[in-house]
Amino acid sequence: MNNRTDSLSTMEKVRKGIAKRRSAERRFRFYGLTGIVLGLVFVLILFISIIGKGYSAFQQTQIALDIEFLESVIDPDQTRDNKVISRADYNSLIRKSLSKAFPEVKGRRQIRDLNRMISTGAMFQLRDRVLEDPSVIGQSERIWLLASDDYDMLMKGHIDGTVPESERRLKDHQVAWVDQLLEQGRIKKRFNTFFFTSGDSRAPEMAGIRGALMGSMYTLFVTLVLSFPIGAATAVYLEEFAPTNKWTDLIEVNINNLAAVPSIVFGLLGLAMFINFFGLPRSAPLVGGLVLTLMTLPTIIIAGRAALKSVPPSIREAALGMGASKLQTVFHHVLPLALPGMLTGTIIGMAQALGETAPLLMIGMVAFIVDIPKGIFDSATVLPVQIYLWADSPERAFVERTSAAIMVLLAFLISMNAIAVFLRKRFERRW
Amino acid sequence: MNTVTQLKPKSVSRMKTLISKNISVKPLNLQGEMGATVGSIHADNPRITCRNVNVFYGENHAIQDINLDIGTNEVISLIGPSGCGKSTFLRCLNRMNDTVESCRVNGEIKIDNVDVYSKHMDVVPLRAQVGMVFQKPNPFPKSIYDNIAYGPKIHGLASTKAELDQIVESSLRKAGLWDEVKDRLHQPGTGLSGGQQQRLCIARTLSVEPEVILMDEPCSALDPIATAKIEQLIDELRQRYTIAIVTHSMQQAARVSQRTAYFHLGKLIEVGKTSDVFTNPLHELTQDYITGRFG
Repeated sequence: MNNRTDSLSTMEKVRKGIAKRRSAERRFRFYGLTGIVLGLVFVLILFISIIGKGYSAFQQTQIALDIEFLESVIDPDQTRDNKVISRADYNSLIRKSLSKAFPEVKGRRQIRDLNRMISTGAMFQLRDRVLEDPSVIGQSERIWLLASDDYDMLMKGHIDGTVPESERRLKDHQVAWVDQLLEQGRIKKRFNTFFFTSGDSRAPEMAGIRGALMGSMYTLFVTLVLSFPIGAATAVYLEEFAPTNKWTDLIEVNINNLAAVPSIVFGLLGLAMFINFFGLPRSAPLVGGLVLTLMTLPTIIIAGRAALKSVPPSIREAALGMGASKLQTVFHHVLPLALPGMLTGTIIGMAQALGETAPLLMIGMVAFIVDIPKGIFDSATVLPVQIYLWADSPERAFVERTSAAIMVLLAFLISMNAIAVFLRKRFERRW
Repeated sequence: MNTVTQLKPKSVSRMKTLISKNISVKPLNLQGEMGATVGSIHADNPRITCRNVNVFYGENHAIQDINLDIGTNEVISLIGPSGCGKSTFLRCLNRMNDTVESCRVNGEIKIDNVDVYSKHMDVVPLRAQVGMVFQKPNPFPKSIYDNIAYGPKIHGLASTKAELDQIVESSLRKAGLWDEVKDRLHQPGTGLSGGQQQRLCIARTLSVEPEVILMDEPCSALDPIATAKIEQLIDELRQRYTIAIVTHSMQQAARVSQRTAYFHLGKLIEVGKTSDVFTNPLHELTQDYITGRFG
């Protein structure tokens, strides 16, 4: 009887506490949910802002001009030699065509303004057209040429017509030319292939992301090829083979410390070691990859060791008990089980490396490089540095390009992670 | 000479119950707990001989001065309370203790007159010769086929696929698992039930044709039916192999083994024929343990 009343009062106590426990749980869930919603809202704002600013960079204003490919200008001696054709004065063809299209424009100043309507890069379009098909020499053809960045901004609505003329980049007569072209259907926004096929340029309408994209690819390739095998091998050695003594303790502490070293320090190291001491080429993806390898290694090693530690010891015992050697045990059983975890660490390290700017500034990958790198020894820049450079440029048209470059960087990151997740899934399925 | 009157009071009452159960009680060896092993440590036709084996884990003297022979084609069970060193002793026999960094072994362990702890001993062939089955079933996270084929592959026992198939089948048959898994050899071994997994591990051990099999509480994670199957299997395996089994189940030790060794706090207290040890223990500690006083 006594027991019974005791147990009842215990139950009462439990019941009293339950409401409190439940509300604590509800509160915790609410906090968690709020955190997630807040996070998603900020991600959404980020995406909307970037895409909203950047999508217009994928279109570029072009103007159709009737170009007469005069033989007297392009190839007066009729050699049809590519060198001669390349060096011809295509700007004069554009000027002639413009004055024909706007015969009413008179006066030096006005004519200069008119000529500036077309991008300085348009001459290369004409050159490429002729090189591609020399038979156009002597013919006349309507060609869509790049408009210069101010006209592009006007077409995209970034130049406000209500602002007083003196404060505008484009004056009233220039706006009138655009209206005239619009009426004739000779100016319009077309898909911007230049953005994806050309390197950096001082002229916004000519600037493309390809140089930086290729630079990032080469740099990350070098980083991956070096850091994954070295990192995985280090993790395996330290975790499976190395004796535990004060030396390995020291190494472990230092690896953990290296993971926390500011990345610019690695840049200084790279400058001193790879460029000044070993004499490797400045600004090259090879050096960038080496520096980023140094930076990524601690992450990969730490993640790799954690992955190896999480492999149950019973698997090691089973293999050793069968008479497998230490090496066979590690490579046949432990490593395959740890590989997904190691890949996760590698993804994190590579994502870090992809977004890294500071150490690359130190080794000269911040240079203005127009050519698209063709290998790991060519001068190059990388996506985050390109974003930084464009964000720093004064022209209005670089605003949208900066956002567009961020979109390309994010797309690169997402596709890289998708490949890694796919690989990880594949490795897991083998078991 | 020790007499019954010198026994501790608790033991006396236990003795009385034993006497009342009509069990003959001989005078117990009470030369103190530090005394030498009682019973015969020798086996006819010994395959493994251990002399003055000491194991240290760092400062901890885990097993002390063990002398024991294990005979050919016999099943010896090692019993004793938790932490008494029986698993440690078992793991000395195929040098699995090497994986524990702080572990030091001295003394002499000979298998077929070869010193296991000699400097020239290679553990790889040793472990092929002395197979081991662990407490928790630990199949590789691979297919059933690959689990069995792994040992023969690394030791180069099969030169053709057909030979390998043959080894896999015969190993599974010996472990009594063939009929249950023959249609799903290429499904993961981890998908089997606990008892099947343990028999898979036994089959894996058998695949490299060891001479000695060490079993470390092979049935502790299994239900009675699976346990019965494995005990039956051990009995069949005795014809071909030398088996040492660590167990916490006295009934199991009584059922499967010919000799029993009782360990207590790192010492080998008593060894003898299983029937003698269980019905007629010589040492007080053995008796206390097998009658359930502690452990």
